[in-house]
Amino acid sequence: MDFFIVQILTGLSNAAALFLVASGLSIIFGVTRVVNFSHGSFYMLGAFIAYSLMTVLPGFIGFWASILLAGVAVGVIGLIVELGVLRPIYKSPELFQLVATFGVILVIQDLALLIWGPDDLIGQRAPGFEGVVKIGDQLLPSYDLVLIFLSFLVLGGLWFLFNKTRVGILVRAATQDREMVGALGVNQSWLFSGVFFLGSALAGIGGAAQLPKGGADLLMDFNILAPVFVVVVIGGMGSIPGAFVAALLISELNVFGVQFLPQSTLVLMFVVMAVVLIFRPWGLFGRPEIVGSHGSQGPPEAPLRAFSGRLWLALAAAVIALTAVPFFGGTFLQVLLADVIIACLFATSLHFILGLGGLVSFGHAATFGGGAYAAALLVQFSGASMELAMLFAPFAAGLLALVIGWFCVRLSGVYFAMLTLAFAQVVWSVAFQWGEVTGGDDGILGIWPSAWASGTTAYYYLVLTVGLSGIATLLFMAYTPFGYALRGGRDSALRSEAIGINVRLVQWSAFIFAGFMSGLAGALFVFAKGSIFPTELEIARSFDALIIVFLGGVQSLFGPLAGGVVFTLLQDWLSRFEYWRLFLGLMIIGIVILLPNGLVGVGQWLRGRFGGPSNKLEEAQEEAG
Amino acid sequence: MYRKLVGLTAAVAMAANVMGTAAFAADTIKIGDINSYKRLPGHTIPYKNGAVLAVETINAKGGVLGKQLEMISRDDQGKPGEAIKIAEELFTSDEVVMITGSLFSHVGLALASYAGQKKRLYLAAEPLADALVWGKGNRYTFRLRPSTHMQASMLAEIAAENPAKRWATIAPNYAYGKDAVAAFKKALMAKRPDVEFVTEQWPGLFKIDAGAEIQALEASKPDAIYNVTFGGDLAKFVREGALRGLFKDRMVLGLLTGEPEYLDPLKDEAPEGWVVTGYPWYAIEEPAHKAFVEAYQARWDDYPRIGSLVGYNTILSIAAAIEKAGSTETEAMVDAMKGLTLDTPSGSITYRAIDHQSTMGAWVGTTTVKDGKGMMVDWAYKEGANYLPSDEEVRKLRPATD
Amino acid sequence: MSFLEVRGLSKSFGGVNAVNAVSLDLKEGELLALIGPNGAGKTTCFNMLYGQLKPDEGSVKLNGRELIGQTPRKIWRMGVGRTFQITATYASMTVMENVQMALISHHRGIFSVWPPASRRHRPEARALLELVGMESQAERAASVLAYGDLKRLELAIALAHSPQLLLMDEPAAGMAPKERVGLMQLTADIVKERNIGVLFTEHDMDVVFSHAHRVLVLNRGEILADGSVEEVRANPRVQEVYLGGGSTFGEQGAGSEEGVDKEGMADA
Repeated sequence: MDFFIVQILTGLSNAAALFLVASGLSIIFGVTRVVNFSHGSFYMLGAFIAYSLMTVLPGFIGFWASILLAGVAVGVIGLIVELGVLRPIYKSPELFQLVATFGVILVIQDLALLIWGPDDLIGQRAPGFEGVVKIGDQLLPSYDLVLIFLSFLVLGGLWFLFNKTRVGILVRAATQDREMVGALGVNQSWLFSGVFFLGSALAGIGGAAQLPKGGADLLMDFNILAPVFVVVVIGGMGSIPGAFVAALLISELNVFGVQFLPQSTLVLMFVVMAVVLIFRPWGLFGRPEIVGSHGSQGPPEAPLRAFSGRLWLALAAAVIALTAVPFFGGTFLQVLLADVIIACLFATSLHFILGLGGLVSFGHAATFGGGAYAAALLVQFSGASMELAMLFAPFAAGLLALVIGWFCVRLSGVYFAMLTLAFAQVVWSVAFQWGEVTGGDDGILGIWPSAWASGTTAYYYLVLTVGLSGIATLLFMAYTPFGYALRGGRDSALRSEAIGINVRLVQWSAFIFAGFMSGLAGALFVFAKGSIFPTELEIARSFDALIIVFLGGVQSLFGPLAGGVVFTLLQDWLSRFEYWRLFLGLMIIGIVILLPNGLVGVGQWLRGRFGGPSNKLEEAQEEAG
Repeated sequence: MYRKLVGLTAAVAMAANVMGTAAFAADTIKIGDINSYKRLPGHTIPYKNGAVLAVETINAKGGVLGKQLEMISRDDQGKPGEAIKIAEELFTSDEVVMITGSLFSHVGLALASYAGQKKRLYLAAEPLADALVWGKGNRYTFRLRPSTHMQASMLAEIAAENPAKRWATIAPNYAYGKDAVAAFKKALMAKRPDVEFVTEQWPGLFKIDAGAEIQALEASKPDAIYNVTFGGDLAKFVREGALRGLFKDRMVLGLLTGEPEYLDPLKDEAPEGWVVTGYPWYAIEEPAHKAFVEAYQARWDDYPRIGSLVGYNTILSIAAAIEKAGSTETEAMVDAMKGLTLDTPSGSITYRAIDHQSTMGAWVGTTTVKDGKGMMVDWAYKEGANYLPSDEEVRKLRPATD
Repeated sequence: MSFLEVRGLSKSFGGVNAVNAVSLDLKEGELLALIGPNGAGKTTCFNMLYGQLKPDEGSVKLNGRELIGQTPRKIWRMGVGRTFQITATYASMTVMENVQMALISHHRGIFSVWPPASRRHRPEARALLELVGMESQAERAASVLAYGDLKRLELAIALAHSPQLLLMDEPAAGMAPKERVGLMQLTADIVKERNIGVLFTEHDMDVVFSHAHRVLVLNRGEILADGSVEEVRANPRVQEVYLGGGSTFGEQGAGSEEGVDKEGMADA
């Protein structure tokens, strides 16, 4: 009995930091509709800043003052991010901001490394709470009780703020209806900034308060990110009680999971999230009406145009140039270009559902890695040839997409994104955990091309042929009735249903088709690298594709190609420098702010700046074609 | 659109040009170094410092085969696919003669597979996975650092002498953790069939829920605990475990726990009385090692970590191999690496011809806290050769015959 | 001969009767207006007819076939077209493509890959655009159209599968008075020419009285009056309801909007 009480209390104290960070994220999302991926970085900064403050502010008062000051400092940093990075792009299409916040993550990672150095910092103990309390014959660190108290304090404080103060009630109103707040005469900019300050400060306090239980290190940002998103989604985006209950649920499940199912630690929360979203698509405390009223949709997309003669000529020239590369370029250029083509195919397949279908998937790596694993497993266990494996991989990935898609296309917006993320994590953990078959994180090795394709140049031509065919097929599909129906479902699901088009079926089919192509990219990848590891199924892999698509321009068919080329080459080039993440992050932020239509919008932007007056839309149409 | 594509083609052509001119200066021997400098800087930067020190020392003495050594370091972002791409670039554009580096096992394994396929020499410096030289070993891959199997066997030897019968293990939930537990169990059971393993805990790597894990360990009432967690996980485990009295009157073994990378961040909270593998650089009195420490401190104004020593020994090994081969031709270097013996600050080591594992050993000792810092005392250097399987066993473990 | 028979259609939300036992008939070639003050239940009725809302009770028969329980897609296939209060068109497509999509769906070509969408059923699509007077704008993006033109486009889309019944939710809302007359005249012509039945809701009494063949007045979910324009106009109960509801009978400004449905909002 004592044992269970202590278990439950341990779970409660674990929930504290999670709740603090998740409530901040939830508030920010609820009001601004920004999916802030850099929220984990704020948590990390809170820990680092409080650590530094505690080294100069001693004693009981110093400890708590440090936590509070760290919260304020991180709040100010959040404010700077809001003003400097997000404010200029609030008008950009839905979820565009997440690319910018990804840039912020990279910048903060390198700045933290610069300032605090590479070593893990072990947090200071809390003065007065260094010991344990005895519960029966069980021991519980007294600081655990402090954390539990803190989480209730914050929950109460937030409740008071949002129910008893004018500002708080306005914020709550804004969560439900942004236009209404404008009508009440509230300055929306101030509201957004204030919310960002508050949300970031909560993350900072969360990071600072966990110091006595852990410390500050450079992996904290990503490590907290996944659980926090899980908590916010399970609780219902924008709901603070939801975040509290979900944080509690996840923490307690974890504590008891460790006890009874020690191997479950990696996947438990994602399974819970998937189950919750399948049965309650808007989370436990979320309201359906939040979905569909996302932030700005951006300007309407221009109609597709048939390829002009000039464009055909340019494409032919590009293909000829790529074919000629082995005659003038070095071996490495071929390797690099093969990577570029694979990235382009991967991103184009994501763009198919994201750009044309409006389905923002955060888990596209599941089919990329899925295809790669399918090919590798076939080779490993049946000794199949490369040719057979490459044929098999897309079908396996398509099958995976069929299953995932069946659950996911019933949701939309952020919830769709989160469910795809959850499924991708489940696939990842299968690959990671099922060592006997997948080799776990030691991966599957020795998956090399058939003899005829094993030379660098031969494989380059293979990638060129298969990859460009895949990309061409995806582009072609955009022009078919199927591609049109997909866009139609995005433009107006109401209209589609009113002319007899089954929007969900179209979306599901598109999801499967995109998975098929993404699996093909994965197959090309595995034979290029000779091995496959769970890293190819990680969230970061899905983000790569997202960043490419957003950078390139969501609204253009050629966006993912431009993005794939630029992103892959940029990363390859920048990674030669010591602080390359800082540069990459700044570049991403810069591109996002300056080129809201992505790289494909560059020409448009230049002409808008320096050319004569012209019809923006006509230009957009020209771009699209 | 047309202009864009033309621009793109031009950019690609330019990139090709830049890469073409990157290869120059034939009077140096270039070595490619690939490591996760951004993912785990706390480990890889000391490694790099050690390697750079060795390169500078060798060059000051006139280099190898009359040529200067040049190490080109690149960050693999902790991604195996990225590492393969960089390896290809290092060989084809930078014209390195071989590659080395890597800390993560999966990156090391990917590079090993690449080396075997492309017939290029790879000296794995730090990855610990046993498969690297055994199950997935190949002619072109060698490894310096004592593997998971070796270090776990060293601790199992100590464990066997202890009366404890009920053992609990805690290890991060990934390949290294699993290997480390399996190797330890096998080695201990071989010597002590009477012990039982009462619980196995598998926290996610760098995601430990220390309170819950300790509760679970405590609930199984073990006599002794075998710990494989490291980094931030270790810090949380140690602090929470000490608070909750988990380590009281129990034998605790810690794999790698004595390495400065892991022990030093714990400061005065470092565990007392754990038996660990590690690196007591401050107390090793051999002249060669003392000279290494002095040189390292003079060069970097910092003390060496285990990574520094591995980095240093890596470059020494490469230099010795090239010297022995008399050329930088891959097959000659591979032949030279087989059975290569050289002196290092940590003593003489040999790259076994049978499985390409070096016999570099590890230090095993007991932890204590002195002047607010964790230290190893009562330590002894365990020769790696004594913890490697016999040739016959290796033949079973290693499909590669070369 | 009535081809649409609605009997005892009822729906309540949280105990409040939004629509209560509504029955109506519609003949081919008839333009029937469904009017009533705000909250009378017009949109609820419409959504039930089109399968977007499930009634608590009642039946809707089209040529003797039950519509209740069918999806909007199925109802569309059975020969019912629809336009929305706030136009629902594909903003990222041209006017022509919008119509083509309806034709492609009608010919069950959504999942085919060749030929490309924009090359299909062009003559048919052009004919429909000519019918609504939009042929000159065929290649423009739907996103740049004037609102009145969007309404015409929607009409063309709704006619693409040659429906027997056309449901139009506030067709004249948000349009300039001149456009309103034009659109309703067009609709009336189409009704005559194609011999189809149109059921429409409308706020603007000018529109109703000058174009409808028959008028149905709904109040608090129940049918208050059913008859010719003259009959309804003269009905004292109808006058009372409209005066009581705060609306001037006969003269009303453009587009006051009744319980705008959420979906329509999202797609506007």
